[in-house]
Amino acid sequence: MKKSVKWILNVVMIALVVLLLIFLENNKSDQGMLISVLQKGAILAIVAVAMNLLNGFTGLFSLGQAGFMAIGAYTTAIFLIPVAAVDGVYYMNGINPGIKAFKEVIETAPSWLQACYPYLALIVGGVFAALFAALIGIPVLRLKSDYLAIATLGFSEIIRALLSSPQFDTITNGSYGLNKIPGFSNLLIPFIIAGVCILLMILLIHSTYGRAFKAIREDEIAAEAMGINLFKHKEMSFVISSFFTGVAGGMLAMFMRSIEAKTFSIALTYDILLIIVIGGIGSVTGSVLGAFLVTASKEWWLRFFDQPQTIFGWEVPLFRTGFRMVIFSILLMVVVLFYRRGLMGTNEFSWDGIWNFIKKPFTKKKTAKGGAAQ
Amino acid sequence: MSENVLRLENVTMQFGGVVAVNDLSLEVNKGEIVALIGPNGAGKTTAFNVITGVYAPTNGAVYFNNEQIISNHPQGNMKKLYKGENLGKFPHVMIKTPDQITHLGVARTFQNIRLFRELSVFENVLIAKHMRQSANVFSATFRLNYKEEKQMREETQEFIKILGLEQVKNDKAGSLPYGQQRHLEIARALATQPSLLLLDEPAAGMNPQETQELTAFIRRIKDEYNLTVFMIEHHMDLVMEISDRIYVLDFGQTIASGVPDEIQNNPRVIEAYLGVQQDA
Repeated sequence: MKKSVKWILNVVMIALVVLLLIFLENNKSDQGMLISVLQKGAILAIVAVAMNLLNGFTGLFSLGQAGFMAIGAYTTAIFLIPVAAVDGVYYMNGINPGIKAFKEVIETAPSWLQACYPYLALIVGGVFAALFAALIGIPVLRLKSDYLAIATLGFSEIIRALLSSPQFDTITNGSYGLNKIPGFSNLLIPFIIAGVCILLMILLIHSTYGRAFKAIREDEIAAEAMGINLFKHKEMSFVISSFFTGVAGGMLAMFMRSIEAKTFSIALTYDILLIIVIGGIGSVTGSVLGAFLVTASKEWWLRFFDQPQTIFGWEVPLFRTGFRMVIFSILLMVVVLFYRRGLMGTNEFSWDGIWNFIKKPFTKKKTAKGGAAQ
Repeated sequence: MSENVLRLENVTMQFGGVVAVNDLSLEVNKGEIVALIGPNGAGKTTAFNVITGVYAPTNGAVYFNNEQIISNHPQGNMKKLYKGENLGKFPHVMIKTPDQITHLGVARTFQNIRLFRELSVFENVLIAKHMRQSANVFSATFRLNYKEEKQMREETQEFIKILGLEQVKNDKAGSLPYGQQRHLEIARALATQPSLLLLDEPAAGMNPQETQELTAFIRRIKDEYNLTVFMIEHHMDLVMEISDRIYVLDFGQTIASGVPDEIQNNPRVIEAYLGVQQDA
């Protein structure tokens, strides 16, 4: 396909997405489900790409995502809950006076600065997650494959337990969780943040450091013999991935408006693992696609399986609450059976790929004929 | 006339109770091609792994350009287990990781090919340039190092052309024929700009014609890149033709060393190693 055609297609696609979002912004009330699925999809897409950076490109099988998301989410939430709402949120144990004083100080800032607080909060959340990752990376990254997965999983659970522990009641509000978190002022914002985050990770993957990560994934011993310091690069990948996971955690807090430690259980990590496996480990566009597909089918498309349905007076058996997840699991199995390496494998989205996919049924015939003639 | 590039001093490598390399001392001089031969299990690859930092030696020291790069003595549990000699000769402990050794200018290939199989030939060589680049992760992500990146790519392109991998540069490394994979592994090692090249059985699994090509190739790169080559090899034609000197290892110990003619006529070598080959 010609380069100019691809350019036009790219521009058309981006324009369509922006138009859709603007349309949704103006029709918030009618399209509630679509909006929330798209927002959650965008947030999970960041985590999925970040996890892919670690699992798919650096070859480190880590399962700590939920923990890093929790750090980002709590940091963002504590930062953003308005002072006026604080006493209502921390009604049981009261808030730590230091945090309250800090919040009162930052609320006196000029309004243009306050408008930046959501972004600042997300970045601070990401930085905290990254710092924690740097700390646990030192012992954990000496482990390999399954052992690394177990260790990161353990740390993720430790974070969750700490957040809900009574000792931190005045900071994290213990098991009551945090609410009254301000949401996004505009529908476009989460998509823009997601776009920027994913773009940064793509740039990293295609840089010289990204190549070093891939070398480590392919063969650690050879990578080391090529002068790549294993620990330094693994730690780098781990910290960067955790940063973006933390940012996404903060976005999740802003999206859900209220969080509790239970939100960040192992199940969340498994959801993201599912997304990258379905999308294709080692494919950024696969992860993004997977994030939207999995979120949409889990929360929306399969909803009708949860309600009893009657067709021509005949009540369909089995349709009841929870049946959706059965169908979802079967679908997953089908996808994994037919696409062993996920929907995208290690390939990235390209117009040529789409073109070949459309052309495939026709070209296949041709080769079959050629084969018969021989 | 010649100065040491690599010197091993009383290197002993012991795994648990097994002594893989016993009191090995050898020298490789600048501009030489030196071969290390010996029957299977003689400890040749272990010696390589000690030089490149994969294993820290149990006892002994390694010098590169007359500078000590590795030195160790038995520690912990090994103090009781140690069966070798020269205890207390190396009080200083200096252990380097493989990437640090590569930075010093020692590059190696592997006995069982270790390419980045899913990456293209071009990327395989380009990755070797990573360690000599100066950008940090931020400037690399934001493409502030685009000049350096461009230079790296141009150098790689040039390099691939010189080494005759131009036609396959976009192919996956894992999909190349065996001979070319060996070729690429050497090319990749060369791209780290070494002064000493360690080849671990470069001709393993090659037919006579491929071996001939490889011989010419090693000679060529040695002259062009001003290298010193230290290699492990089983193909006696290749070893006898190409090497300036040979060390023979058996059960972890040097049993002979010298120029190819001496080695060919040394009765101990024939008994341990060459004799078996002549019968076959």
